Amino acid sequence: MLTQEEVSRYSRHLIMPEVGVDGQEKLKAAKVLLIGTGGLGAPVAMYLAAAGVGTIGLVDFDVVDVSNLQRQVIHGTKDIGKKKIDSAEETMRDINPLIKIVKHEVALTSENALAIMRDYDIIADGTDNFPTRFLINDACVMLNKPNVYASIFRFEGQATIFAADGGPCYRCLYPEPPPPGLVPSCAEGGVLGILPGVVGLIQATEVVKLILGAGEPLIGRLMLYDALAMRFRELKLRKNPECICSTGDVKLIDYDHFCGIQKPEPPPVVGEISPTEVKTMIDSRQDFILIDVREPHEFQIGRIPTSNLIPLGELPKRIADLDPNAHYVLHCKMGGRSAKGCDALRAAGFKRVFNMTGGITAWSEQVDPTVPKY
Amino acid sequence: MAKILIPTPLRQFAEKNNSVDVAAATVGEALASLTTQFPDLRKNLFNDEGKLRSFVNVYVNDEDIRYLQKDATAVGDGDTISIVPSIAGGRC
Repeated sequence: MLTQEEVSRYSRHLIMPEVGVDGQEKLKAAKVLLIGTGGLGAPVAMYLAAAGVGTIGLVDFDVVDVSNLQRQVIHGTKDIGKKKIDSAEETMRDINPLIKIVKHEVALTSENALAIMRDYDIIADGTDNFPTRFLINDACVMLNKPNVYASIFRFEGQATIFAADGGPCYRCLYPEPPPPGLVPSCAEGGVLGILPGVVGLIQATEVVKLILGAGEPLIGRLMLYDALAMRFRELKLRKNPECICSTGDVKLIDYDHFCGIQKPEPPPVVGEISPTEVKTMIDSRQDFILIDVREPHEFQIGRIPTSNLIPLGELPKRIADLDPNAHYVLHCKMGGRSAKGCDALRAAGFKRVFNMTGGITAWSEQVDPTVPKY
Repeated sequence: MAKILIPTPLRQFAEKNNSVDVAAATVGEALASLTTQFPDLRKNLFNDEGKLRSFVNVYVNDEDIRYLQKDATAVGDGDTISIVPSIAGGRC
């Protein structure tokens, strides 16, 4: 039963035959779990709250960073440093105090996924990494719950519903994740801030349609959206008879291992150098070559004046031009890509190769704050 | 000529092209022509045995070639070949 307050609030729904009182009561009774309250999760959470979805669960363990605000509109400048889950809840309560919000402040793992997801009717995957996406898929297959899926990269998005009754799952589309390093990572990637708004609202639309049982759900169809071309395309998705969702041979595994992600090892001390030591070397005019392995557009944001730009992807081609006997210091944004660059140079027989720890971010913090962090 | 659509994450390996026209009778020929023109794409599309990687799907128009004749799927004038890699979002 809708209360008088709910009737007033949802009146634009109630006068639509496709929703009506029955539909609004379905929305009120529905329990939807949003995994991730970032770029995709933000619009989904705000609109589902506004629409009157009765119980919305949030899974996130991150805190709001200033660089999130370009797209994660559920969080504001005042929320920087706050837990995303708290900031999201605050915004959603402001939009609609009549709904129930359940906070799961954890990283979703093989150990906790089934227990968390079991209580919900629909799962919306708004995460940002392959291990969690495979985990969500497999758990949805096991629990027989639809996974309303979206993912984004730069100015392109994909959306569909996986693991719905009779429909294909994520593994029918992609049996295995890409090995790390083969697809461009966030550091080189970036995303147009508006994109998750459009793609997230496709997700929210499909969630609401599933609850209402209205229209044609995005099952068995992969929607591709290209913001630059402003073009939507639709591809057929088929259930693979050999997939785990057909054979039933599904259990939760170690997804980091499955995705080829190594547990972080303590970085080797040998071959590293701090930003302050590099500064001393520059000031004392020591003979060394500083190589920035970031992308040109990152170089444009801020650079160390004496650095030479060779993006990591171009390094293998440029090795032949470099003197293997010279002294090199490599840096990137945080130190990860330059560590790979150092490995490549060492593998090519270079002897004096050092990785600047913490990248240009640490340079900005320790040496020159006029170099912007991003 | 068939048109191959290059997805955003792979454009950096294809001199920033978003589509490439190739003369080919099958999907296999079309991809071979593409990777001859842009050798950097090869390792992103194929594994060491030369098989299409399992996180990359290829469609002719709106149909997955795994459910057609795979590499031998015929293509002709006006057909669009889409390369659709898995994308995760922010982190990898």
